[in-house]
Amino acid sequence: MNLKHLAGACALGLSSFALSAPAASAFCGFYVAKADTDLFNDASKVVLVRDDERTVITMASDYRGEVSEFAMVIPVVDIPEREQINVANPGLVDHLDEYTAPRLVEYYDENPCDLRRYRMESVAMSAPPEMAMMEDAEMAPEDLGVTIEAEYEVGEYDILILSAEESDGLITWLNQENYRIPDGAEEVVGAYLKRGMKFFVAKVNLERHDGSAMLRPIQVAYEDEDFMLPIRLGTVNADGKQELFVFAITRQGRVETTNYKTVKLPSNMDVPIFVKDEFGEFYKAMFEHQTEKENGKAVFMEYAWDMSWCDPCAANPLSRSELRELGVMWLDEGPGNDIQPMPRPGFGGPQPVDAFVTRLHVRYDGETFPEDLNFQVTGDRENYQGRYVLRHPWRGDYGQCEAAGEYAEQLVERWDEEAESLAKLTGWELDEIKQKMADGGFSASAVGVSNPKPKRKWWQRLWGN
Amino acid sequence: MGVRTKTIKLFKAIHQDARHWQILALSGLFSISLTTSDFGARPKALLAAIVGAMFAQVAGTVWVNARKAKRDPDSGNYWRASTLQAGFIGWFAGFQWKSALITCLSLSILLRANSLWFWLAAGFIGITAKFLIRYRGKHIFNPACIGIVTVSLIGGSAAWVSPGQWGQAPIFAAFAIGFAALVLSSAKRLDIALGFLAGFAAMLFGRALYLGDPMTIPIHQLQSGALLVFAFFMITDPRSTPDSRIARLVFAFAVAAFAAWLGWEYHIRGAMLYALAGLAILSPILDHLLPAKRFEWTSTKGKHHEPETPRGGVRPRPQLVRS
Repeated sequence: MNLKHLAGACALGLSSFALSAPAASAFCGFYVAKADTDLFNDASKVVLVRDDERTVITMASDYRGEVSEFAMVIPVVDIPEREQINVANPGLVDHLDEYTAPRLVEYYDENPCDLRRYRMESVAMSAPPEMAMMEDAEMAPEDLGVTIEAEYEVGEYDILILSAEESDGLITWLNQENYRIPDGAEEVVGAYLKRGMKFFVAKVNLERHDGSAMLRPIQVAYEDEDFMLPIRLGTVNADGKQELFVFAITRQGRVETTNYKTVKLPSNMDVPIFVKDEFGEFYKAMFEHQTEKENGKAVFMEYAWDMSWCDPCAANPLSRSELRELGVMWLDEGPGNDIQPMPRPGFGGPQPVDAFVTRLHVRYDGETFPEDLNFQVTGDRENYQGRYVLRHPWRGDYGQCEAAGEYAEQLVERWDEEAESLAKLTGWELDEIKQKMADGGFSASAVGVSNPKPKRKWWQRLWGN
Repeated sequence: MGVRTKTIKLFKAIHQDARHWQILALSGLFSISLTTSDFGARPKALLAAIVGAMFAQVAGTVWVNARKAKRDPDSGNYWRASTLQAGFIGWFAGFQWKSALITCLSLSILLRANSLWFWLAAGFIGITAKFLIRYRGKHIFNPACIGIVTVSLIGGSAAWVSPGQWGQAPIFAAFAIGFAALVLSSAKRLDIALGFLAGFAAMLFGRALYLGDPMTIPIHQLQSGALLVFAFFMITDPRSTPDSRIARLVFAFAVAAFAAWLGWEYHIRGAMLYALAGLAILSPILDHLLPAKRFEWTSTKGKHHEPETPRGGVRPRPQLVRS
């Protein structure tokens, strides 16, 4: 394992996402700021822990503007009690993100004249970092039909639970309170109100804020039959597409969307070595290309795994205490666990836990995702991961034995295949990929195969004639 | 023989039985789901469903024939047939593999589970219910529907319905196939399919109007694989739906309304299956109120039809013929 690679890739991932990130809003609600603020709000990360109707949601999002101008507005089904709301350690979501991130695996070819052995390194590609925040508000009258159902101070946040008769009144009041609700929100807010939903609004109380740039994720524990995530508010003021990661943890198995197609991100491909230096770009381009292939209308599954282990591990599995903090409420509930995870090869966690994580990645706007995300927990426990393989060639004198000569020829074939699969994954130009590979010394001439043979037919390879 | 005559002959052969079109169409849907979805239909599941359903179908057929033979000595007593062959053929007379296969295809397209046993059980339960739960010679529950509902109620999260895994292009292709099959099939049940779709769409659009939602939302909600299979291949089942057209439309609207309500109020995924299972009892009631001519699968007379449970002494009532 090479930790340097790991750290490097993470940083790369961040910066590449940062470049492409659209300004503006976020997950289930929207973040609002003054117009001239340099609001940079890319991906939202939501952790959903679900067992029957018990749900714990942890919401985190990039926010790089002024803390005082941060605000969050989320529709909720019920009025939560103070004890149902918590503020989480941001490291938790980051850890989960790293654990579930698409990963790059490296293998080194041995001297073909010797026995072959593999060495492996893994590099993780995590989602962009996260922060959460809010803005400042003042009290306002009930003339607008707005009722403040509850008022809480949780961590650095001031939280209000609002109900209202009319969307107009609520929006007027929120704007009055400097929440700056974007135009066009009336319809969506109205639809939520008519369904009897309340609004959970939060902003940062500067007196209680420790001054750090990073705001902690807000958690809410609740019970509801409906397993869904309201995303429509996020599309209202969206300047471009929104990026959302959903990490769902259940006892039973994989989580899927019931009103949108869930697609596995293509995985387990061999890709050219240069991808290592631009894994962030690669991941981004691949995601974009695959999204286009589905007309922007699919939810991508990037990871689905038993949380007791991983292989290879992009990060260690979460500890029991971390899972508990995220809301995994069944860990200490006695011997009711009928699914006992078996110790597995690879890298096990501190101890087996009865939890299965699904990482879903959605890029959405109002047009492609008109409806909120509806989920269901399935009993599918098949493990899946986004994994991309780098095979470092052996370098040396390819003439030193017959096997080495054959190896060089195979290399050329292998590189062609790698280039093609990279082009297919990302939509990048095949010629450019090949050029880039050649520049790095991954071409026929670099390994002394003067006349790259035309690809052998399958029957030629069959009997080795 | 020219290609044209051959084609016509083939068409006629298929057209002989409405179920042929349904089997073809469902196989098409199965292939679409298999090839375009990462979480789609699986051949293994289909096989498991076939094992369960055919087992129940064989057992049911033998049982029905045995009861018939006991009751009606003139029709030949198969149990005392002089040759094994006569007995064998007699026992399996009216073995409806086509209906059972349709059930299996619907099951494997809609149902997902973490063990093959669930498909097997669903097939078995569906067909068994067809034989055992009957009123006046008609079964009450659609076999695929009751199979899915039962195993997903028993299985909890181990068996589930995956309504959203179709994607846009496949769903349009699938709708086209379903519609074509229905028009082609002589089942004459287009009314109930369209009635249900219209009723369900009206509920969705009405709710969107009430909530002030953009129309893209109900349009999106209509693009569901479960809805499609349900409307074209399940609620159209002529053996478990009312005989008269008006009654069918009433039934379709009732199921649509109940399904919409279950979905909104209780957030049940695949609510229409539960709605159909829950309202199945309406069908015999409607038949009673609005009697009409009973449907038969094949148009030719004198052939074996769905083996019917003898009515236990109840004489068939004279029925008003409606076309």
